[in-house]
Amino acid sequence: MVTRGFFSGRRPPSDTDARIPPGQYLEQGFPVLSAGPTPRVRTEDWSFTLKHGPRPIKKWDWAAFNALPQSKMTRDIHCVTAWTKFNTPWQGVMIDDILADAGIEPPTAYTLALSFDGYSTNVPAKDLVTGKAMVALLYEGKPITADHGGPARLLVPHLYFWKSAKWVNGLQFTERDEPGFWELRGYHMYGDPWREQRYSSDP
Amino acid sequence: MSAEPQSPWQTATITRIERRTPRVTSFWFQPSRPFVHLAGQHVDIRLTAPDGYQARRSYSIASAPEAGAAIELAIERLDDGEVSPFFHDVAAIGDEIELRGPLGGHFIWETDDGGPLLLVGGGSGVVPLMAMLRHRTLQKSAAPIALVFSARIWDEVIFRDELIRLDDRRDGFDLVLTLTREQARRPADYSRRVDAQMMMQVIERLPKAPRLAFVCGSNAFVSAAAEALIDAGVAAGLIRTERYGV
Repeated sequence: MVTRGFFSGRRPPSDTDARIPPGQYLEQGFPVLSAGPTPRVRTEDWSFTLKHGPRPIKKWDWAAFNALPQSKMTRDIHCVTAWTKFNTPWQGVMIDDILADAGIEPPTAYTLALSFDGYSTNVPAKDLVTGKAMVALLYEGKPITADHGGPARLLVPHLYFWKSAKWVNGLQFTERDEPGFWELRGYHMYGDPWREQRYSSDP
Repeated sequence: MSAEPQSPWQTATITRIERRTPRVTSFWFQPSRPFVHLAGQHVDIRLTAPDGYQARRSYSIASAPEAGAAIELAIERLDDGEVSPFFHDVAAIGDEIELRGPLGGHFIWETDDGGPLLLVGGGSGVVPLMAMLRHRTLQKSAAPIALVFSARIWDEVIFRDELIRLDDRRDGFDLVLTLTREQARRPADYSRRVDAQMMMQVIERLPKAPRLAFVCGSNAFVSAAAEALIDAGVAAGLIRTERYGV
């Protein structure tokens, strides 16, 4: 349906058009969104635990985690609130390298990313491995600020950005696809921006 | 707290337009397929240009669920925006707009959830809090609610007359205005940015500690207000936030 009198708008330059998923607009800033206050997590209190169901497989403190192989990813990111930001540069530890350090392959097909503030979000295991995702420690070469999820956040850039859990402190393999915080509150279980999977009723 | 039902795009007709402040105007939309929302929820709006280009934004609902099928959105004009200038400069009564909703399952309150509630809004962040207040009034709920509403100046206090009328009822709703660029006009109001001392004083005016706090506004405002609440002794787990802007 064409909206009467709507002509202007921020059309993206045609050379970038193909990089902007349906219903998104290009944002130059880096908006902050979260369901609660920003937790202040000190690196001396920080840890990351890999779990299979309730059972811990391996736990790293800040120093041990930072000693894992570090990789860089520069990616476009897409927030469900409709902004897309190009070329965001991150550095951190690939999920592949976390699993390798723990000496495991994904034991189930599903995961929940867990956060210090009680947030959680589900991501299929296949969307985390083979170079698709990391636990990011740096943004633009500097420690990630608290409001953007520092000291560490998950980065799964090919899904809507609520899947890239801020203040991440664990990854739990689950037997079934378990909904996380927003998925229990009406958001999509998978969240592919190119298929516009924003809300639970989207195909 | 359940997931919302199916909420496909639908057309809604603008039935009323009312200026609220120099920068904020309310628009009432009559959906072609009416729905009942929860106080605090939002809708998505989609505008489509003749060449197929679409712009989509989320707006909180200002009206109470009980207020009838037409929903009120109070839209602030952002000069560098692409959707809000359309509403302020072009949209007219009778226009059909595509919307989708109701959406959101976290920043919501029903009278059955009980109180006391501490609501903290900055600028147009007051909109979803207004839906909660109106819901309380129409339900004749006695849940104690304090609203701390920060605006730059007196004439930018959205819903000002209605809020003061509700405050004058002294029925358990307590309005606290704080102006950041003008002197306070009412005895118990403030003239500064929100801080922990202000939050402590407002909490003391409630009959007991807040069961939940809802904070909405720009990211900078929400960060400052949430920190102030935590410093005033409100547990982080009781604070729900909704942020917009960069």
